[in-house]
Amino acid sequence: MIHVERLTKRFGALTAVDQVSFEVETGESVALWGANGAGKTTILRCLLGLYHYEGEVRIAGHDIRTQGREARRLLGFVPQELSFHENMRVANTLVFYARLKKASYIPDELLDRLDLRPHLHKQVRELSGGLKQRLALALALIGDPPLLLFDEPTANLDVRARDDFMHLLHDLKAAGKTLVYTSHRLEEIATLADRVLLLESGRLVADATPHRLAETIGHTLLLRVYVAPHQKMQALDVLQAKGFTASVNSHGIKIFIPALQKTTVLETLLRADIEVRDFSLEWALHE
Amino acid sequence: MFDWENVSLIVQKEMRDALQNRWFLIFALMFTTLTVGFAWLGVVGARGQGLAGFGRTAATLINLVLLIVPLMALTLGAMSLASEREQGSLAYLMAYPIGHGELLLGKFIGLAAVLCATLATGFGIGALVLAWGGSNGNVRAYAMMVLVAMLLTIGMAAVGILISVFSRRVATAVGASIFTWLLFVFIGDLGVLGTAFVRTLPLRSLFMLTILNPLQVFKLSAIMAVQSNLDVLGPAGLYAMRTYGTHLSFLLVAILTAWTLIPLTLSYTAFKQRDTI
Repeated sequence: MIHVERLTKRFGALTAVDQVSFEVETGESVALWGANGAGKTTILRCLLGLYHYEGEVRIAGHDIRTQGREARRLLGFVPQELSFHENMRVANTLVFYARLKKASYIPDELLDRLDLRPHLHKQVRELSGGLKQRLALALALIGDPPLLLFDEPTANLDVRARDDFMHLLHDLKAAGKTLVYTSHRLEEIATLADRVLLLESGRLVADATPHRLAETIGHTLLLRVYVAPHQKMQALDVLQAKGFTASVNSHGIKIFIPALQKTTVLETLLRADIEVRDFSLEWALHE
Repeated sequence: MFDWENVSLIVQKEMRDALQNRWFLIFALMFTTLTVGFAWLGVVGARGQGLAGFGRTAATLINLVLLIVPLMALTLGAMSLASEREQGSLAYLMAYPIGHGELLLGKFIGLAAVLCATLATGFGIGALVLAWGGSNGNVRAYAMMVLVAMLLTIGMAAVGILISVFSRRVATAVGASIFTWLLFVFIGDLGVLGTAFVRTLPLRSLFMLTILNPLQVFKLSAIMAVQSNLDVLGPAGLYAMRTYGTHLSFLLVAILTAWTLIPLTLSYTAFKQRDTI
């Protein structure tokens, strides 16, 4: 489905993607994984033809440079930053992009499955983050494209919306769609990806199954815990007193832990009467 | 292959966006108010002066167009791609099966259409006011003036879009468009005057330098439409009339058309060669 050969993208003196080559077979689910600035989003943008690049990118045999329109007709894209035309109504947005894709209709089951029907009359700016993400997915699925590209699809969602969205992605995978996505979240990579492409400073350093990759790079995890602001310092003290390597930033608390201890952190906080509002897990790459 | 359905979709979206753009609404309201206001003042002040009254109103409207219309077209053109790029919607749009040329042409046609509709509304109401005041001015001349004003608007929108292609931020695009407007309105004239003064240019060179500026081309075309000659411009006008005669109108219209086609071609080339975001 996707053929990438010696893909290189430079921004002035910076080489954001450096000689990256990979293939994605039809029906495969492939995660692009790496730290911020590793080149994940740049690769997706090259696949979409949004950047000029060196090397070769083909989607279903179509060269993105010369047959970009044909290639883009075969794919749906969900960006990280949802940048629709905010003053358009949801129904008009669906019709506008469906017409660009030459889709003759928007399937009823798509609107029902994504729970968009009650919101069709609203302006896009009125939608919550979760609903915007659903709208983005609906737009990506219009015309039933075989390939779906996702850029950090759950980055801006709360726990519940993230779970719902992941269920949808699993269904799409089961339906035989080819998925290529970037993610920081361990659970999204471990459960959804058939293969993980690990990127570091624009270079492809590993291409393996999630299980095999975990063995290769070790089992240290980065756990981010989100508590009430007034309990943040108390939580830090409790965790450090228990011997965890923890630090706070404006968003929450970062704790580096062995994979088997992730529940210990949560138990420690709950025993100290600290309410855990949310948490996320990532493989620790550089720490 | 060029997909006209995509162009049509973008045209409709651009027109809808313009009607929700407060800058466009402010410009349109200001232009219409001033046009109608000047027409009404012309009627009141020229009672009993017949054609002379119409000529004075037309001259006022020409100056109004020279000041406001390029600013409106340049600014809105410059914002068209830059604002979508800044919001991120340009990258999302270009992830769909649409070509660079289709998007650019759709944006240009949509913008040109709403700008021309604004001119038609302002001048249309102005004409009604003149007719209501009993002005017996030349309808054909008035219509010709409106048409060349539209040509100028379309050209300035094309220049605005060229600015937009090179601008990553709306603030940069607006700044560049205001500088370009100043260049056309003031600095261009002063440059020609200064060069003529310092280097004692022959009339031919002076005329050639003048018609490089699309605003001057509009002014010449509009005066030609209203008065059928350029005597009011002095020696340079006489030179132009004597040298080009009846072809002068065609030459001026061709120059205004070139001010649309050349920026659009450059915009397409640059848009295609640059990264979308």
